[in-house]
Amino acid sequence: MSSEKIKILVVIAVLLALAYIIPHSTSFVVLLATRALVFAILAMSVDILLGFTGLASLGQAAYFGIGAYLAAIMTTRYHFGLNWDFWLLIFLGMLAGAALAAFFGLFAIRASNVYFLMITLALGQCVWGLAYRWSSLTGGDNGINVPVRPSFGLDLTNERTFFFLVYGFFIVSLLLLYILVRSPFGHSLAGIRERELRMRILGYNTWLHKYIAFVIAGAFGGLAGVLWAFTNGIVSPETVVLTTSVDALLMVVLGGAGTLVGGVVGAAIVFGVREYLSTLVPWWQYVLGGIYVLTILYLPSGLMGIPAHIRQWWIQKSKDKNPKKLASVTS
Amino acid sequence: MDTKFWIIQAFNGISYGALLFLVGSGLSLIFGVMRIVNLAHGSYFLLGGYVALSVIAATGSWALSIPTAALAVAIIGLLMERIFLRPLGFDPLRQVLLTVGFAFLFQQAALDIWGGNNMDINPPAVFNNSIVIDSVYFPLYRVFMIVMALAIGIALWLAMEKTRVGAAVRATVDDAQMARGVGIDTNRISMIIFALGAFLAALGGVIGGAFLGIYPGLDFEMLPLAFAVVIIGGMGSLGGAAIGALAVGLADNFGKALFPEVSYFTLYAPMVLILAIKPTGLFGRE
Amino acid sequence: MTTTLRRLSPLLAIAGIALGMTSPAGAEELRIGFISPMTGIFAQIGKDMVNGFQLYLDEHHGKLGGMDVKFIVEDSQGKGDTSVTKAKKLVLQDHVHMFIGGLLASTGYALAPVSNSEKTLYIAPVAAADDLTQRQLSKYPYFFRTGWSSSQPTHALGQWACDQGIKTVVTIAADYAFGYEQVGGFQKAFEDCGGKVVQKIWPPIGTKDFGPYIPSIKRNADAIFSLMVGPMSLQFPKQLRRSGYKKRILGGGTSYDEFVLPFMGDEVIGDVSSLMYSAALETPKNETFVKAYRKKYGKVPSYYSETNYTTAEIIDISIKKAGGKYPGADKFIDIMSGLKLDAVRGPVSFEDRNPIQNIYIKKVEKKKMFGYPKAELWNTVIKTYPNVSQYWTYGKEKFLKQPVYSKDFPRCKFCE
Repeated sequence: MSSEKIKILVVIAVLLALAYIIPHSTSFVVLLATRALVFAILAMSVDILLGFTGLASLGQAAYFGIGAYLAAIMTTRYHFGLNWDFWLLIFLGMLAGAALAAFFGLFAIRASNVYFLMITLALGQCVWGLAYRWSSLTGGDNGINVPVRPSFGLDLTNERTFFFLVYGFFIVSLLLLYILVRSPFGHSLAGIRERELRMRILGYNTWLHKYIAFVIAGAFGGLAGVLWAFTNGIVSPETVVLTTSVDALLMVVLGGAGTLVGGVVGAAIVFGVREYLSTLVPWWQYVLGGIYVLTILYLPSGLMGIPAHIRQWWIQKSKDKNPKKLASVTS
Repeated sequence: MDTKFWIIQAFNGISYGALLFLVGSGLSLIFGVMRIVNLAHGSYFLLGGYVALSVIAATGSWALSIPTAALAVAIIGLLMERIFLRPLGFDPLRQVLLTVGFAFLFQQAALDIWGGNNMDINPPAVFNNSIVIDSVYFPLYRVFMIVMALAIGIALWLAMEKTRVGAAVRATVDDAQMARGVGIDTNRISMIIFALGAFLAALGGVIGGAFLGIYPGLDFEMLPLAFAVVIIGGMGSLGGAAIGALAVGLADNFGKALFPEVSYFTLYAPMVLILAIKPTGLFGRE
Repeated sequence: MTTTLRRLSPLLAIAGIALGMTSPAGAEELRIGFISPMTGIFAQIGKDMVNGFQLYLDEHHGKLGGMDVKFIVEDSQGKGDTSVTKAKKLVLQDHVHMFIGGLLASTGYALAPVSNSEKTLYIAPVAAADDLTQRQLSKYPYFFRTGWSSSQPTHALGQWACDQGIKTVVTIAADYAFGYEQVGGFQKAFEDCGGKVVQKIWPPIGTKDFGPYIPSIKRNADAIFSLMVGPMSLQFPKQLRRSGYKKRILGGGTSYDEFVLPFMGDEVIGDVSSLMYSAALETPKNETFVKAYRKKYGKVPSYYSETNYTTAEIIDISIKKAGGKYPGADKFIDIMSGLKLDAVRGPVSFEDRNPIQNIYIKKVEKKKMFGYPKAELWNTVIKTYPNVSQYWTYGKEKFLKQPVYSKDFPRCKFCE
């Protein structure tokens, strides 16, 4: 069996185990897991950019926000999306995220590296400014309460049922994005990440490739946003604030960029520390900051890279005559 | 809106820009040399203010607090570069993310050390006065901020243009690989510049502390502003930082005074436009 | 803190998750969840809130109404999102009888629906959004307020300003819902009495450089009404005075409260503001409270502490009335609603789940109080409006016909 297949099997096993364990935990754990999974979808959308295209975005909250506000406004003002039309709302949320990304991409894709980071940050701040100041639409600082969840045969007010809905969306997103990165298009993205100039010389329209990746990431950001509105029950400027974008990016780095599932690991850790550990100890911020710093310093490929490190360390140990160093640790 | 209105608004904008220059110039220099955006830069600003408060509480001297705080934070910056950033080698993205981690750690540490009250740095009483010209009030403290920024700006310019280290810094900004080739110790340059950036940010914190207050959250409020300065002016350029600071100070001031409804856009929309047209900023080099 | 034991057993809790256990608690214990920011930018306010409640608990040997209290503090990190999660944690995992807290008005709006979905009592000692106990009163039947509604103190201040012969006022207030409601209350009462608001300026919340706004202020108006929050409060009066402004400055509740007052300079002496509490209130009960609080926590209590101390007292009395047990949310709200107590802030009773209470017009003075050796800034009470309703003098029906105070209401009729 190839190592890729083993990885896939492990991921499937872990996800199945989660689907079994979490609904049997306390309600609070179910709640946290649901929230973490929504953020995992957002993190995967960041990973498409960071891990597979080499673009670090600090503005992913914009697409998350537009999905969330769309859901909040449609359900509270027009009572749309509370029945079977929920599925239409999901589609509209993805469309809104994609459309916004299509617009912002015109500005952002030209830039690369740190400049891309800065411009996405500025774009994200523009959306935040809108959410904050356009009170007639967004409720301003107070935000919009989303008091009811959709119902279509399922009782989504039950946190466990709702968890399974989000879980389902997560699995489908993971699958779709996995197919995407495995496709020829995904391979060209990786090519751009490694050697953009070379790809251009080979005749690829690298701008278009990056642009499409950006739009797809926007769509999944929008999806996460719609789910967040119903998970959280309130949408406010806080949802689109800079730190949401920072969180999503850090989750990916923490878990491991370019792995998709790394985002889940990152989301689980961030929510675990911030919302679970913080109920136990007052110094949780040091734990979170410490994990960030240590991971970035010592695990360049994130926590998902640990097995590879161990394997390498093992190989190293068994052939201790071999002077080859663990090059990848410091590279 | 008569002439007086425009004069006082312009003066306010310039004095705010002076403060932004102190924060932005350090960020810009760090970027020029190391190609990283230091997301802990706002933290240095805040730490500078807090250290100054402690110095004032201990010695009662405001004048002493300025250099002490700036130097203390410069040492923090130096250690951070030496111990954490350098081992990563040339890897801007990871370095940027590392500075975010530090920003979080500094935030909590500041809260634990100094508490979360809204505090204020009180300069000597003479600064509460204003210069009155034809019934227009020019607060003395704002004049002081402009003078400080000018002095620092000139000193930095002289250091960059007239000294050996300055020449080495300029060479590193232009082409780090080439600089290494001709025997410049770029590691040392990075360390010096990172410490200098922290020094300037902390200086901004002490001076700005009497004007903005010192309180938790100030770090992440200053950060986007410093970004705006650097983005508009262009990264790695001292002159660019000066012009960027002035532009942001004036745009922010006049934007808020004339179009209060869209006051956030007056800051971020120009940023986006400039980046879209010239991704390296007005005076930046690729 | 009573939570220490629980905090020391994270392992147990983790084991709990793994096994999917929920621990049922004993019957005679009163479980109170408290949500306030303990980290992040509002951490100090959060600590002041907890300290107020804790002081009352400590003075009563950890019992309220004869019941042992399990007091669980959760860190909201100053965010609505996190507040909701923590509230659900308190309800679902700790099975609290009630949860208390929430700092910002927006947090109040975020938490109120949780009380609905879980049918658990939510007491708001600070979050002041008017409509939670006004136009949306029936929407949140498990919501109860022991603090204040935003416009409650400024109605009184508007009347007072008018009675002082002030004819024209410029308002400058933080640009968000809390600012609109405080300005709205002031403007309504002030103009109904014959005054004119001639200009309204809305700097964004978080503004510290008032340079862009100060030059636009109409200098021929008789006074300025300012509503500042947090760090804004320190900078505005200072910068305004430096710009040569010599007339009167009035302020909303948070512009001069004791959370910011100790860090202010002498330039604020003489400024007037209104709130339902002043630490300089000269009553024996307040003097005892200020001294006890200052002794324990090293600072003069702000209203954030007083309102939580009083909340603990209200729960204490209500549990006693219920016969030393928690009678369920509906019954408990009935008991609290019928309460009349003499709190630290003065007499308090309730109307539509919001306090009827004294509103104090307070002037900043530098003086010695309560035997403290140093001259400090205090909010001296210069006039008391007794038993002020959230509907001011308009009556509920008439008041609720008008929309909630906003940027557009009341309209600025006298602005050019």
